[in-house]
Order: sequence, then structure tokens, then C-alpha cells
Amino acid sequence: MHFRKPVNLLSAAALALVIGATAPAWADTPSDTLVIADKIDDIVSIDPAESFEFSGNDMLNNVYDTLVELDPSNLGPLVPGLATEWSLAEDEVTYTFKIREGVTFHSGNPLTAEDAAWSLQRAVILDKTPSFILDQFGFTAENVAEKIKATGTHELTIVTDKPYAPSFFYNCLTAVVASIVDKKEAMSHETDGDMGYEWLKTNTAGSGAYKLRDFKPSDRYVLDRASDDYWRGDVPMKRIFVRHVPEPSTQRLLLERGDIDVARKLTTVDIAGIEGNEDITVNDEVRGRLMYVAMNQKVEPLNNPKVVEAIKHLIDYEGMAGSFLKGQYTVHQAFLPDGFLGALTEKPYSFDVAKAKALLDEAGVGDISLRIFVRNDQDRLEMAQSFQNTLAQAGIAAELRTGTGKEILGEYRARKHDIYLGAWGPDYPDPHTNADTFARNPDNSDEGKHTGILAWRNAWPAVEVNDMTNAAVLEKDTAKREAMYLEIQRIHQKSSPFAPMFQAIQQVAMRNNVANFSQGGSIHSAFYWPTTK
Amino acid sequence: MASIDPSLSPHAEADGPRRGERILAFAKSAAKLIATLLVTVLGLLAITFIIGRVVPIDPVLAVLGERATAEQAEAAREAMGLNEPLWVQFALYVRDAAQGDFGKSLLTARPVIEDIARVFPATLELATIATIIGVVLGIPAGVLAATKPGSWVDQLVRLIGLMGYSMPIFWLGLMGLLIFYGNLGWVGGPGRLDTSYEFIYDLDVPQRTGAILLDTALAGAWDVFRNALTHIVLPATVLGYYSMAYISRMTRSFMLEQLSQEYVTTARVKGMPEWRVVWVHALRNVMVPLITVIALSYANLLEGSVLTETVFAWPGLGLYITNALFSADMAAVMGGTIMVGLVFICLNLLSDALYRFVDPRARP
Repeated sequence: MHFRKPVNLLSAAALALVIGATAPAWADTPSDTLVIADKIDDIVSIDPAESFEFSGNDMLNNVYDTLVELDPSNLGPLVPGLATEWSLAEDEVTYTFKIREGVTFHSGNPLTAEDAAWSLQRAVILDKTPSFILDQFGFTAENVAEKIKATGTHELTIVTDKPYAPSFFYNCLTAVVASIVDKKEAMSHETDGDMGYEWLKTNTAGSGAYKLRDFKPSDRYVLDRASDDYWRGDVPMKRIFVRHVPEPSTQRLLLERGDIDVARKLTTVDIAGIEGNEDITVNDEVRGRLMYVAMNQKVEPLNNPKVVEAIKHLIDYEGMAGSFLKGQYTVHQAFLPDGFLGALTEKPYSFDVAKAKALLDEAGVGDISLRIFVRNDQDRLEMAQSFQNTLAQAGIAAELRTGTGKEILGEYRARKHDIYLGAWGPDYPDPHTNADTFARNPDNSDEGKHTGILAWRNAWPAVEVNDMTNAAVLEKDTAKREAMYLEIQRIHQKSSPFAPMFQAIQQVAMRNNVANFSQGGSIHSAFYWPTTK
Repeated sequence: MASIDPSLSPHAEADGPRRGERILAFAKSAAKLIATLLVTVLGLLAITFIIGRVVPIDPVLAVLGERATAEQAEAAREAMGLNEPLWVQFALYVRDAAQGDFGKSLLTARPVIEDIARVFPATLELATIATIIGVVLGIPAGVLAATKPGSWVDQLVRLIGLMGYSMPIFWLGLMGLLIFYGNLGWVGGPGRLDTSYEFIYDLDVPQRTGAILLDTALAGAWDVFRNALTHIVLPATVLGYYSMAYISRMTRSFMLEQLSQEYVTTARVKGMPEWRVVWVHALRNVMVPLITVIALSYANLLEGSVLTETVFAWPGLGLYITNALFSADMAAVMGGTIMVGLVFICLNLLSDALYRFVDPRARP
């Protein structure tokens, strides 16, 4: 920085000339508005039946309500949402929900069981990406009107195709895709029988704490408090202003100057930089995202279990977590993230070159050269480079195949990778979300095209765990269910071609006066509405 | 270059028949211009389209995300018309575009025209002020350097220019923010307005152009105007510095060439004051190439500067097109490309007009 001094002085002089004496008056953010800096260019659609990106779900979690909710102050147990009570009949497939009375949508329309039934049907019929969360209970576009229906103004009845674990079903109903939409409002904007889809892509019709006032993609969105008596409780902030600030250092400067209240996308370097700043608090929250390595079973010699085990010992878990990933990731070696029912915290693998070499000798596969598929993203590239290094220590030559996220993902889904290094985030707060993709493969053939399932992408038939995963989702007894997932993960750790490495920690930095801001932990999206400042 | 050809004298009297010829000639040149324009835009579109389709990114994935099933992906592909042969897709696009329908962006789910109308004014505002800074500082610096080649002034201008060229612009932007916003608090931070002013702008200022400075000036909302000014000054200075570096280097070399011409010597021998020789006679003669340089640098800034926009959280055209490219959002990419193409064409026309203004020989 020092060598630039003359130029700084020059431009300082120029600036002083331009602005003259009128230096701006520094105001904090408006006292009734929470200003958040985030990266929101991932939002594609804000229709709850379609939204499946982090930022979009953060917004919708505060604009729409669901039948069953999570408590932001105690994430985990379910609490009543738009349904005040729910029960399962003795046939083990018929669920009845009593819909809360006196709730109105932002439009002023009263919320009834008909809205609830229509919203869930709509998500199934539209068949957008997140619809599988509901479809897995046997709903199809053809049968959903029969399976999900209003049986009274304030009574909703849902019939599933199998006697699933009730906790599994309720957990899925907290997902954004199960948001309750204002039927009357949405249908008034219907075009060509699209159930309001075109309109809801860029507009909202919910009953949540906030209503969307304005959304400029890749720029900002503004939420206004919807009413003075939100049924879930007090909503202290009148307004939420989420600003798209793509550069983390810029977020940091804004926070230090007090021009924003919350910075959500700071890097470790920025966090270290603001340490000691008395006006700023940093909260660590464990998130659901896992970083993992997966080995394509169609590729020789990765289909040799000894080689797989050797590679699992060639990852410098602690080394990475203790250095460049510090504060961002913690070592986690099972497919269920900490915070989920049945999450396994055992870490059987450690970086051990000698052991890996011995295993490779046993396997007798000779020289190995591989490609690691990874997207252009700083964290991932650093992990991949470390991994490349440690592989080399055991004589495995690895080449990095990098590309944009969409490029690498395309190849991964087409089973064209050797080793993939990437992330997986859970879709709904139930253990089945990850078990379904890591530990289940309905059909391993190329024709099966289960491109959404990680076991399939890696051509792993998952015979060791398929049945157990299918059984766990039906287990009524939650304690037993938990034990089953622990068992599945232990087998998975040993026999699968997956090496989960890390679980993400998200550090959110805020001005000291901000309280009760929750990013949703490992299982949900952000809650703005309880936040105070 | 400096001697004037009498046959091109603008003072020739226009009589009746010659006026008719002129109108004809003008119509011809206008037709030619329009034809060139069409071919240029079409060519631009074709190339962009082909590049966009051969890059290994699946636009379906970009929209549906990682979890989409094969059936959902197929349905989306069909809906987006991606199963048609490439030339059919292109023909359909051109047909719609000719009717003013540039399609909807996959990423924002809004008409591309609306998106561009939202992001372009931000870029326009920034690029215009940056170019003004570049011109106001760059030309005098270049002229001064040329009058005393090898002197300390020349060295200083060269040094500043070199730094403007070689320093990564995002670094310069970050350093500027750190010092003038973070430490000194002289300027507004990233973004176009402070949060509270943003609300005032939204509610109280009629948004006629989308360019905040212009809108607030038209509405007489001077406090918002001032706030916007404190926000734009830093990114505009950073970009202006870059453009100044370029303009001053070019001015210097054009001027050096002119100052060695005989008419300069003649003027000096005749006893004309030196300032008049340099700032009037010589400078007037470098205006034509200089206009080209300025127009090019302005056009470059109008494409949007991705890095500056990222650092300053400036929602402009550069970020928009880049995001669209990374997601193979073709409607948005094509719309952005047409916009940039039009900008270049307009600036070309504008500089042509300016040539005529500053150089009598270029007049018909």
C-alpha cells in the first residue's frame, strides 16, 4: 500500500475538489429497517413451488407460512404453523390438519383449508424441481386432487401412499415448497391454466410476517411488515432490506461503517479483520452443507474397494480445517450433517499416507492417474489442490478438471467424472433428504437416469444400504429411526465411494444492536421476522 | 494532414440541381448506413448465438438446479425450444426480436428489455461521468506532456498513465473504498444510494430515466442527488482514471506528431504566442483522432465493467451480461449484446457527426 501514496494524495485532492466541502452526513441505517448484505444472484424464481436456491428460500421463508413450522429460537422440534393441530389416523396413511382460524393473506383474503389444499396440489401439478419433496409421498398430478383435499373450511386431509414415519412427513411440510399460497389472488393472475405460475415467479401472495414490496434481481429486495398482529408473534422490524453485495470485502466495509446491519457473505480473512471491532458481533452457525469427495464406480481402479479406502485416507481433513478452511468448515465424515436426527459424528478416517500406500499395494493396481472434477470456486479449488497434493504423496497422479458450476455439474450428472469434489445441501429437515441421495440407488443402469441421486451419479448400486434406507423412512418410532440412520451411516462410511469431509459453518457478522437473527441452522432458511435492533 | 484541399472547401455554393443531387446522395448514404447497421447487428447476433450454444453449459440446469429429474429437465428443454435445430432456434429468435420481443431472461423471469432498462442507466451514468473525468484530466495532461517531451511533467504523466493501465481496477476500487469510504468517510459506500435515500428515491422521485443523478436533478430532489453523487464519485474516479490514462497517452502521441509539422513552425516564426500554437492550432488538428479514442473508451465503459460493478455493488450491464453468460441465459446475453452493439453504432455515428463539426474537410 505504501508505494501508492503519491497517487492517493493526488486522487484525494481530485476528490476533495469534486465533492467540495459537502462531505456526506453519516447516518446509520434507518432504525425501523434491517439492512442485510448478501449475495442474491442465485434467485431464479420466487414461486414457492419452484424456488430452490438459498437466497430465494430465505426470502420466501419470511413471506409465506407453512402448515408446520420450525421455531427459530430452538431449531429442531416442530411447532404449530398454519395448522394448529394434526393427527394420523389408525390406517397410518390419513393425516388430518386443523387450519388456524382468523389468518388472512397479505391481500386481505381469509386463509382456509381450500388454500392449503390448492397450494400443495399446485406444487405437485406444476412439477418444478422441489416438487419431489411432496411427490415422495405418492402424489402425482393425476391423483393429488384426491389425496390432498379440504374436508372443511378449516380442515385439511392428506392421504399418503405408504405408512411413512410421521416425523418424515411433517418435516417435509416445513419446506418452502409446502408454503401456503393465496389461491384467490394467484388465480386472478392465471394465464393459460398455469395456476398463476408466470405471475408468482416475480410476485408473492403469502400470509407471512413480511410482504414483498420490491425485488430487483441481482440488486436488492425489500420486505415490508405485513400487519401489526402476525399470528406467530411480534415482528419488530418494519422493513427488511436485502442488498446484493457480491464482493465480501465490500460487505465488510459497509458493516464497519454502519451502512448495513448484517453481513452474510464474509470470508475468513474478513472475519479475522473485524475481530476486535467493538461494534460488531460474529455468530457461527453450523449449516447443512457438506463438502465431499465421490469416486465414480465406472472408472478403473476406483471400483476397487481398497483403492477407495486408500483415497479416504489421503484427504488431509484436519490439516485443511485447521488452516485455510478455519472458521468456515468443520470436519464431518458422515452424510447426515450435525443437527439432523441421527447425525453420526464418528470420524474413522484420518490422513495417513503409510496406510494408504499399504492399501494400494494390497490392491495391486499399479500407477494410477485420475482427474478431479471441481468447479471454479476458491474454497473448492483450495480443497482440490490439497487433495491433489496428498494423493501425490501416495503416488496417485491427479489432474484438476475445473469449470463453471454448471459445466462441472453437467458432467457429474452425466457420470463423466473420475473423482468429484463438491458440496451437497439438504433439501428439507429430515434425515431422509440425504439418505435418499447418498445411500439409495433405485436403478444403477445408465438408462435409469436418476441424475438427481448421488449414488447413481457415481454408479454405486448401494446394495448394502438400499433396504435399510427404505425401511428407515417408514419407521414410526423416532428413537429406532435414529438408530437406523446411525447404522446406515456407519456402513456407508465403510463401503461407499463417498468421503464426506466437512460441514459448513456460516459466520454472520452484525452490528452489536442486532439480535435474534437466525440463518436457519443446518436445517432451514433464514428467519428475519424475530430479528430486533 | 494539415494542408487543406481546396476542392473539399465547405464554402462552395449549393445551387438547385446540386441540392437535388445532395439529397439523393444523402438518401443513398442513409440507406447504406441502415443496411450496414442491419448486417452488423445480425452478424453480431449470429456469432453470439453460436458461441452461446457451443459453450458447455446447459441452460436447463442453470434454471432447474442440481436436483431436477431427467423428466423435468426434458420438459424444460422442450419449453425453452432447445430441442429445435440450432438454425431454427436462431430464426425464431430473430423473428421475435424484429417484432421487438427479445424474450424473457431465464434468471430473472422478466422480459430482457425490462432488465436492460433497469441495469443500463446505472452503467450509463457511471460511464458518462468517468469519461468526463477522463477527458477533462486526460487531454490537458497529454498536451502538457507533449509540449515538453522528456521533462518531469512528461515523466509524471507517463507514470500516472502507466499506473492507470497496469493496476488491476478492482484493487484500485477496493483501495479507494478502504481509504476514502472506510477510513476517511469522504464518499458514500458501495451501491448507488444510502439505504434511507434509496427509500426516498423509490417513493418521492419520479423515475423517468433510471439514472439517479438525472432523475433527482429533474425532480429537484437535491439531497438525494448529493447522496447519489457521493456514491458515484469513487467508482467514476476509478474508471475515469483508467480512461484518463488511455486518453492522455494517445493525446500525447497525437500532439507530438502535430507539433513537428511545418505549420506549427510557421506559426511560431510568425510570432504567435506559444499557448495559442499548442492549444488552438495543434490541438484542433488532433481532435479527429482524439474523438475516435474518446468514443472507443466511452463505449468500452458502457459495456459495463464487471470488476468495478462487483466491488462497488453497482447493479449495471456488465454484471448482468456476465451472470447471464455463466448460466447460458441466451435471451439475456443476446439482448445485452444488441445493447452493446447499438451503443457502439450510436457512438460511431456521433463521432462521425463530431468529425464534421471539428474538421471542415469531413463535411460533405
